[in-house]
Amino acid sequence: MSDNILDIRNLTIHYVTDKETVRAVNGINLTLKQGESLGLVGETGAGKTTTALGILRLVPNPPGKIVAGEIFYKGEDLLKKSESDMRKIRGHEISMIFQDPMTALNPVLTVGEQISEAILLHQNITPQEALQKSMDMMELVGIEGIRHSEYPHQFSGGMKQRIVIAIALACDPALLLADEPTTALDVTIQAQVIDLIENLKKKLGTSLILITHDLGVVAEVCDRVAIIYGGQIVEFAEIAMIYNNPKHPYTIGLFGSIPNFSVKAKRLKPIYGLMPDPANLPEGCTFAERCPLATDACRQGDIPNIEIEPGHWVKCIHLGV
Amino acid sequence: MIKYIGRRLLMMIPVMLGVVLLVFSMMYFSPGNPEDYILGDMATIEDKEAFREEHGLNDPFLVQYFNYLIHALQGDLGTSYTTKLPVWDEIMERFPTTFKLAVFSTFIAIVIGVSTGIISAVKQYSIWDNISRFIAIIGVSMPTFWEGLMLIILFSVILRWLPSSGFSTWRHWILPAITIGTHSASSVMRMTRSSMLEAIRQDYIRTAMAKGQKYSVVIWKHAFRNATIPVMTIIGLQFGRMLGGSAISEIVFSIPGLGNLIINAIKVKNAPLVQGGILFMAVVMSLINLLVDVLYAYVDPRIRSQYVSNKAKRKNPVAEEKAKEGV
Repeated sequence: MSDNILDIRNLTIHYVTDKETVRAVNGINLTLKQGESLGLVGETGAGKTTTALGILRLVPNPPGKIVAGEIFYKGEDLLKKSESDMRKIRGHEISMIFQDPMTALNPVLTVGEQISEAILLHQNITPQEALQKSMDMMELVGIEGIRHSEYPHQFSGGMKQRIVIAIALACDPALLLADEPTTALDVTIQAQVIDLIENLKKKLGTSLILITHDLGVVAEVCDRVAIIYGGQIVEFAEIAMIYNNPKHPYTIGLFGSIPNFSVKAKRLKPIYGLMPDPANLPEGCTFAERCPLATDACRQGDIPNIEIEPGHWVKCIHLGV
Repeated sequence: MIKYIGRRLLMMIPVMLGVVLLVFSMMYFSPGNPEDYILGDMATIEDKEAFREEHGLNDPFLVQYFNYLIHALQGDLGTSYTTKLPVWDEIMERFPTTFKLAVFSTFIAIVIGVSTGIISAVKQYSIWDNISRFIAIIGVSMPTFWEGLMLIILFSVILRWLPSSGFSTWRHWILPAITIGTHSASSVMRMTRSSMLEAIRQDYIRTAMAKGQKYSVVIWKHAFRNATIPVMTIIGLQFGRMLGGSAISEIVFSIPGLGNLIINAIKVKNAPLVQGGILFMAVVMSLINLLVDVLYAYVDPRIRSQYVSNKAKRKNPVAEEKAKEGV
């Protein structure tokens, strides 16, 4: 067994309805080392959230279905575990921060109840002790513990996001899946939440998968980055490699669309076009339609994953360019 | 909260005045004379005239109306033309029967409706869901009198298990309660199903699952509590209506309840009894509605916080400060 806490191989998740099959995740391979932070970057609908839900086996079923693949967590395949074993892992070993704090909390239960629910499930303590621990968790994320008896509607959006984080961290998980933890928040609160996750990670030694479409946040927090497009990982490398030497045309396009302070540019370069419909993915490279380098060879067969330098994988056939 | 209840009780007064005006006018202007029905064919014109004089029926509309209103405001609903008993006593004699039947039927409706509704929602599009939705549609569309008659034919006439009419022992309750209960169970089931389906799709259900909670606990603790408000509304409405007497079922099963009483009073234009009975139903319905609204606040803290006065909200100054800063 290697030092990988998480090893995802060929994960494929489809949403099957009577009318169509949405191929949300198509053969994703990922590894995550103990204590490492991985950024999962891609645009809306690229399959980021579905991947994270797949790890927890919480893809809504029906219509979602994990079609193929293996997810090794600490050497054991999560997809082969029973539902009751999964329950012991969810919230305890692996927990998730959800993206929309406005809807992620139950409006009719106090925040204290919602945090201590997670604690009571995984630790053998009394409700009073669990409540005390919930109050400690609230203090940890910067909310006064005495507010445990209040309801979600009595908190601001940023505070709700912190409560969601407190729930996720309540049982000191070994792996944290943060699904766009800052997207719903304004910029100042974003910075606070990022600092908070950073600090907690250092304090608790948690491994992290950070799902976002914000490359700035990734640069600040992550050790490695996976760029995901059309349900596939198109480039996967250490942070410095990707930021200094992006190889895949999509990654290059992403960086081209960010303003750069040191270079004076009149216009940003967007990536033209839209993501392909995941219910009707093209053959070959999913990015070919929008790619400036695309040739006929891109539109057929499987595109190989090439390791162009140690630890830097790119899924493209035009790397010589 | 108490302030809110008080305000709602005060708001009932104009509603009741409207009910009195409406019912009184309908009784006054509808064709037919009570003395013809009550005294019968053998009565002389003099007898009828004496009856009209005795009950003030020769007075102008407004005089009659205000006479009734002033007495009603003092708690005197008049006396029944037929039995010469006070209307209030007549109603109170019948009400316990109707109340028992309503409670029993509502209990059946909740047990059947809520449980099948939840199962249908959790197992959406399963065979169970399809069967129970099909039965629920039959339940809603089947007229109660027909369902009652069919049950009588099956259980009283063919099987001879249960009595077909009356309301003296608990065995008499079973058929009417099932008739009324299943009818409203169908509506309760459909409402439970749709509001549970909505609740199950919410993000907080996923949050609860991600904590490692059992699905069954998630359904009860997280989904059902959020789904209860529309279900409570419909149960409240049904219960209120049953308290007014399920007239048709009471006639089918010959139950001496409120609905039966009022139907018979309408037949002979027994105006004081009709007016009193309908006013009573209106009060009961308003009180049930108020009770349901108070229950909303109990279930949903967001509604509760609307009722709390500003003074009580300011109880927690630290939290207020923090909230203002948005920290």
